[in-house]
Amino acid sequence: MTTPLFEIDALQVAVEDKQIVNGLSLTLQPGEVHAIMGPNGSGKSTLANSLMGHPRYTINGGDIRLEGESVVELAPDERARLGLFLAFQYPTDIPGVSMINFLRRAMSARRGEEIPVREFRQVLNEVLGRLQMDEQFVRRYVNDGFSGGEKKRAEILQLGLLEPRVAVMDETDSGLDIDALRIVSEGINAFHSDHNAILLITHYQRILRYVQPDHVHVLIDGRIVESGDAGLAERLERDGYEPFMARTKEEVMAS
Amino acid sequence: MTTPTTEAPVTPRSEYEYGFHDDVEALVKLPKGLSREVVNTISDIKEEPEWMRKLRLKALDHFNARPMPEWGGELGDIDFNDIHYYVRATDRDESDWDDVPDYIKDTYDKLGIPEAEKQGLLAGVGAQYDSEVVYHNIREDLEEKGVLFLGTDQALREYPDLVQEYFTTVIPPNDNKFAALNTAVWSGGSFIYVPPGVTVDIPLQAYFRINSEDMGQFERTLIIADEGSQVHYVEGCTAPIYSSDSLHSAVVEIVCKPGSNVRYTTIQNWSNNVYNLVTKRATAYQDAVMTWVDGNLGSKLTMKYPAVYLMEPGAHGEVLSIASAGQGQHQDAGAKIVHAAPNTTSVITSKSLSMDGGRSTYRGLLKVYDGADGCRSNVRCDALMLDEHSRSDTYPVMEIDEKRVDIGHEATVSKVGDEQLFYLMARGLSEAEATKMIVNGFVEPIIKSLPLEYAVEMNRLIELQMDGAIG
Repeated sequence: MTTPLFEIDALQVAVEDKQIVNGLSLTLQPGEVHAIMGPNGSGKSTLANSLMGHPRYTINGGDIRLEGESVVELAPDERARLGLFLAFQYPTDIPGVSMINFLRRAMSARRGEEIPVREFRQVLNEVLGRLQMDEQFVRRYVNDGFSGGEKKRAEILQLGLLEPRVAVMDETDSGLDIDALRIVSEGINAFHSDHNAILLITHYQRILRYVQPDHVHVLIDGRIVESGDAGLAERLERDGYEPFMARTKEEVMAS
Repeated sequence: MTTPTTEAPVTPRSEYEYGFHDDVEALVKLPKGLSREVVNTISDIKEEPEWMRKLRLKALDHFNARPMPEWGGELGDIDFNDIHYYVRATDRDESDWDDVPDYIKDTYDKLGIPEAEKQGLLAGVGAQYDSEVVYHNIREDLEEKGVLFLGTDQALREYPDLVQEYFTTVIPPNDNKFAALNTAVWSGGSFIYVPPGVTVDIPLQAYFRINSEDMGQFERTLIIADEGSQVHYVEGCTAPIYSSDSLHSAVVEIVCKPGSNVRYTTIQNWSNNVYNLVTKRATAYQDAVMTWVDGNLGSKLTMKYPAVYLMEPGAHGEVLSIASAGQGQHQDAGAKIVHAAPNTTSVITSKSLSMDGGRSTYRGLLKVYDGADGCRSNVRCDALMLDEHSRSDTYPVMEIDEKRVDIGHEATVSKVGDEQLFYLMARGLSEAEATKMIVNGFVEPIIKSLPLEYAVEMNRLIELQMDGAIG
């Protein structure tokens, strides 16, 4: 059997002594799209941030492996350079730093060498066009004064430019109107190939109409309580998270 | 003789690249200490008119009578008796670069100064080495239009009436202890006069260099922009790294006549053993615009608050200031704007960085006199700390004696944010690279107001300082 592209192995994550993720396991093969769906407070953002190595989150059990290599001891920039990507739910603004400068630095970091200006321009214009974004957009400061939709689009722009192996999308659909959702989804689909994998973390099912998942997982209290195909998402849309939450309560009581 | 050497730094500011000095016997070097005799000797050497000698001696009395300021930075270690008040390396102020002594020329070559002039980036260049100006040159077409750009000593010899008319009119000898000291022992500095309606299209630059150990540099700069004229003056400064401290105490006076536009840019990069205690002030008359762009990166302690006095309606004053304090440094910098007439406007933008245990202080005064109605002012000061053991303080003072004014004020103190760092690192940038990017963004509003070459230089100096702080 070949090495999976991305493995989350019995992962445990705490924030300030509070255990949030409780032994979560998940395996992504190249070409797959996985969706993790969960209600508020189920540990979605903690999972997303800890995968990328946010210093506020402590991994106190389990492992994260990218192409068979553990990354839990690596700093966020090292993980990024290996091909891990996080699309932020709330991208931070960095006043005074232009998008274009930032994007070029990030692309050069990902490649491990300076990207030539001409090539950068070419790739940038291509991805901008795909996302129906104006060239002037990259003259602005990073996320500074961006609308909610612009921020999400900027994340997808980075996804398209950096071409990671594994993309973790943290509630990329939140705060988007229907048109923006469609464009963002198209951006994700254009990026997706047989060589990479996507982990969509979301509360709602609506983005899954545009980005078809191969596997859907339900996250409750920091663990996956059910996995299935795209049909599971439809069930969630219809019945809500309540039945799953009731079940975890019973399990906890029984144990 | 040219044997530049580099000594071990007292307080290393990353790789301070201008820490070398020339081992050369000065032509004239007064013994250490300050007295009437020293002041008289300086005046004798310069063969000055009697009014200037009297002014110097009067200023010395002011200096002796005044206590040391007890606010601002730590001044207790300055020993006024352990300073050479006058050191002259050469006996001439040349206007042809080839005539400047080789060892001085080498120093400025190393600093990249004449290069900019050769490339036509500057309208004129001045260079001061220790106490005296060694070189001044101005583009011919400007000279023909009557623009004067020369050493202040030379101006006093060649245009005594013009100097006398304005000297100490903006900053009186008794303004403060260090202005008094400068007035008593001043030497060198630039004198600029721009005739009515003349525009000096590219900057005039002066470069100040302290070479001798234990010396004080007290240059005196006077700029007069006549009606409707326009000029941009840029000064840069460096010094060698010695084991003992040096004192730099300049006075800069600027008169902006009606409709004129003056911009004064400083990139201060003294070594970390220089006390930099400077008084800078401009008066702006009807519809004149005065802008100070003040970058403080070097020195042990800087106390400097460029001021604009808005004297007549329509005058506009602006101070853009960047300070960066690293290990062993205290940058006590800011701005002072006085609205003394109705319908005057001002903007203060200050950005300060502290890192590696350094301390940055913003100290500002905004004063609006009773009757100066219709004034508008906007003050913004932001401080950014790179680590836990650095320090940042803000002292914005406002004295507003008039009700019909529009004053905006905003101040922020922040640390390089974990979320910002995480965001950039999640895109593959190392922590050091991410920090630099955040800092560059922080100072960007001021950097972008600089001419390109200076913007590049300022960014480079800040990065150099950060290399030492964040490794």
